[in-house]
Amino acid sequence: MKELNFDAVVIGGGAAGMAAAIELDTAGFSCAIVEREEGLGGILGQCIHNGFGLIEFNEELTGPEFAERMEERLTGSKIASFTGTTVMEMDARAEIKTLYCYTAKYGVLRLNARAIVLAMGCRERNRGNIRIPGDRPAGVYTAGLAQRLVNIEGLVPGKNAVIIGSGDIGLIMARRMSWVGCKVHAVVEILPYPSGLTRNIVQCLHDFGIPLYLSHLTTRIIGKDRVEGVEVTPIENGAMMHEKAFVIPCDTVLLSVGLVPENELSKTAGVELNPMTNGPVVDSMLMTNVPGVFACGNVLHVHDLVDYVAEEARRAGQNVARWLKGDKPSREARLKAGSNVRYLAPSRVDLDRDNKLYLRTLIVKNGAMLEVKVNNRVVKTQKKSHIQPSEMITVELGPKDLESAAGSPDPVVEVSIN
Amino acid sequence: MKTGSGRYDVCIVGAGVCGANIARRLSAYDLDVVLVDKESDVSFGVSKANSGIVHGGFHHNKKHLKARLELQGAMMFDRLKQELDFPFRRCGIVVAAMHEDEMRAIEQLYMQGVDNGVIGIEMCSRERMLELEPKINPDTLGGLWVPGGGIVEPYRFVFSLVESAKKNGVEILTDFELCAALRAGDEWTLRAKDGRTVKARYAVNAAGLFADEVSAIFGAEEFTIKPRKGEYYLLDRMTKARPDRVVFPVPTNISKGMLVIPTVEGTVLIGPTAEALDDKTDLATTREQLEKILSSARTMIPSISEYDVITSFAGLRPTLDEDFYIAMSQKAPDLVQVAGIQSPGLTASPAIGEYVKDLLKKAGLRLREKVDYDPFVGKRPHVKDLSPYEVDELAAADPAYANMVCRCEKVSEAEIVAAVRAGHTTLDGVKYFTRAQMGRCQGGFCTYKIIKIIMRETGLSWQDISKNGGESRMLKDAL
Ligand SMILES: Cc1cc2nc3c(=O)[nH]c(=O)nc-3n(C[C@H](O)[C@H](O)[C@H](O)COP(=O)(O)OP(=O)(O)OC[C@H]3O[C@@H](n4cnc5c(N)ncnc54)[C@H](O)[C@@H]3O)c2cc1C
Ligand SMILES: Cc1cc2nc3c(=O)[nH]c(=O)nc-3n(C[C@H](O)[C@H](O)[C@H](O)COP(=O)(O)OP(=O)(O)OC[C@H]3O[C@@H](n4cnc5c(N)ncnc54)[C@H](O)[C@@H]3O)c2cc1C
Repeated sequence: MKELNFDAVVIGGGAAGMAAAIELDTAGFSCAIVEREEGLGGILGQCIHNGFGLIEFNEELTGPEFAERMEERLTGSKIASFTGTTVMEMDARAEIKTLYCYTAKYGVLRLNARAIVLAMGCRERNRGNIRIPGDRPAGVYTAGLAQRLVNIEGLVPGKNAVIIGSGDIGLIMARRMSWVGCKVHAVVEILPYPSGLTRNIVQCLHDFGIPLYLSHLTTRIIGKDRVEGVEVTPIENGAMMHEKAFVIPCDTVLLSVGLVPENELSKTAGVELNPMTNGPVVDSMLMTNVPGVFACGNVLHVHDLVDYVAEEARRAGQNVARWLKGDKPSREARLKAGSNVRYLAPSRVDLDRDNKLYLRTLIVKNGAMLEVKVNNRVVKTQKKSHIQPSEMITVELGPKDLESAAGSPDPVVEVSIN
Repeated sequence: MKTGSGRYDVCIVGAGVCGANIARRLSAYDLDVVLVDKESDVSFGVSKANSGIVHGGFHHNKKHLKARLELQGAMMFDRLKQELDFPFRRCGIVVAAMHEDEMRAIEQLYMQGVDNGVIGIEMCSRERMLELEPKINPDTLGGLWVPGGGIVEPYRFVFSLVESAKKNGVEILTDFELCAALRAGDEWTLRAKDGRTVKARYAVNAAGLFADEVSAIFGAEEFTIKPRKGEYYLLDRMTKARPDRVVFPVPTNISKGMLVIPTVEGTVLIGPTAEALDDKTDLATTREQLEKILSSARTMIPSISEYDVITSFAGLRPTLDEDFYIAMSQKAPDLVQVAGIQSPGLTASPAIGEYVKDLLKKAGLRLREKVDYDPFVGKRPHVKDLSPYEVDELAAADPAYANMVCRCEKVSEAEIVAAVRAGHTTLDGVKYFTRAQMGRCQGGFCTYKIIKIIMRETGLSWQDISKNGGESRMLKDAL
């Protein structure tokens, strides 16, 4: 069995993995990226639409262009990348951690490292997860799989589609399918508001005349061999209106019903997860409960913009470098999700450094107020003109904001939205 | 094998678990046997969607043929597993009583089990039940323990049987939907919908849900198979609610109730419901029934969570009378009827193979043992079950063993290729053979890879790629 040693190994070669590895390399540590697919870039490779890089590169790029820019940064570095290589087992109990990676090139590759960065991204929720009853014909796809088929394999899954869920991937696919000659009959959303970005509603649905059914539940998939239609039931005042249910004929159903961080590997290594995000619980350095194992990008929590992924992963990379040098935060405070906040990542802040927090709200509101309290005293407020669950919110907290936490034995920083 | 005239000794209609067992049993003799099925792969009928339990022999009274065949069949699995290498384990069965009157039913089941000669059957106190199955509801009053009960992957069982039968000379014809049967002299001419014909001296009707229609095609007995639907939920292998044993409720008159089943492959199955239908193709799941499953399963294992659900599906029990109908037809010559094979048909199926062989012998079929009969099929490596060191060794010979296609169920490219080369050229065929697409992402990541491998290995174009044959095409256009 081929065996190699590194200071750090990054699992996953998407935007997060690449950004973290670049920082480690810059700091002078030996580092490897392990990526299951044949190329780097992760999910970016199939997102051929615009809308990437506005923050990171100050221009509007497609997914593959964004990935290319990142890869350019990799060339010239000493980073070893193993593509077509899947991490199958991780033993992170000892100081030197071991990964068993399967690849047609070497058979099994054993990588040893002092630090591991989890950057495995996420997977799509599927029909079973949201329990849509009915027949089980061909023609039911997750939107991301359909995107892969169309954009990379050049194969079109259907000619008449209904899209379930109004997340960004679903909206982008509504437009993409229209462009390849598929009639998109509807986007069906259970919530009273769309989950995707407003710009996508306009550019992907309105511009193509695709109806959006809000407050509608998909109650049945119909079709023996291939999909023949979906039954949709309106929801009024929280109740299903069975008598108003109707069938939309179609040959294809695309599901865009959310993403789940891929943490099965993390779990087997003893990494503790946050049930709100399905991602690891991490401290102010983005380190999990397993010393030396860090997490960033979609495996930590689902991001809507790749720019935030890259930013978070860069910090993770810098923190791993700090940790490898023996630097640790001397004083941390616990973060608490207050009213109307679904989750916060990370779970701790460093009292002596600048911290960046990502959070998601539970509500839709214009003119909301974000409030940060240290031990129940307000230290910071931020006005938000519009908030909704699908758009991530960022907050920066520096040593000044956190000053008052310094004295107490178990300081708590609470973020709430009203 | 087949003689020049294109005539077989036996044609078996239906490649479910019954047809496959009969074919494999007959393959031990010097006979020309053909196994035909209307679907594009074997085991696509009732045998693919059921509870996968090798029953314990206590549910039915010995006066029934099905009880006797169940007892006999259950005993045959250990040897079959050795020969055929399919997933099977005797994990044991517990039946949990939740009310006082159910304890009386437990006593009756126990007496019936003892009378049937079930080995190791035991009446249990609450404490004993919790010791046997710690995940069970602590409110249980007691129950029954049947250590010999087991779990099997039904489709893998059928695939192995068919592989073994093939190896010993049986011919398999798929997409062969029998629509006419003519008798001339001592020979049946059997015609498929697409015009293909086979000639055979004897025929076996093992057509599952459609055994009534096939019987009519032969001009044999008139009867009606009524489908009874059973819906299931499948839970992720990471669930905390996985029991060590199969957990049964106390049965009712019409069914064995909804169970919690730790599948051999590590996931958990809950169900089935029982609902009488008219449509033999209605495999739809319904919200109402699925809700029933969750609440019923939770009364036995309270930690079951809807968040662990990865998919749902349904199967149809081919019900006829209370008992199996396995006999020589009294109306059509040289035809064996194997009908009404509902539960415990899977358990009984090896014994059904034996029983049908004996019927054919009595009807004049000459059975001469084949000198070169080989009951073993080669073991196929599964990366999922191997250590990294073992995979490294395999990959030295075939690197495709280290190229992972399905990450949830840990299936390598080499395993997918083996499935396709063994004739499983639809997505469902590959799924049942390898488990790829069966895990938590349900094919979200690997479907396109499998499509590409099927196209590469078979030369099929994108138009021909289907979920399970027929019109179940996966793709509509190429750019
Ligand atoms: C369809 C879609 C549309 C989007 N549209 C936009 C947009 O318009 N604008 C925008 O800014 N953002 C968009 N995003 C968000 C953004 O692109 C992603 O959040 C970001 O690319 C995620 O990066 P990541 O590195 O965390 O994850 P990924 O890109 O998913 O990378 C994870 C990588 O890890 C690999 N991996 C996983 N497990 C293993 C293992 N065990 N061994 C080896 N490798 C492994 C995977 O193969 C994958 O390549 C979109 C996302 C999606 C899914
Ligand atoms: C919900 C449920 C749960 C069950 N649980 C268990 C259990 O836990 N344990 C157990 O022992 N048993 C169980 N059973 C019973 C068991 O699954 C069946 O008894 C068994 O699978 C029947 O096998 P078969 O070969 O008779 O039928 P099938 O598997 O249906 O095979 C018949 C085949 O005939 C083919 N066919 C039909 N018509 C034609 C035609 N005209 N031409 C050519 N081919 C044709 C079909 O395509 C099919 O493949 C369960 C059944 C159900 C439905």
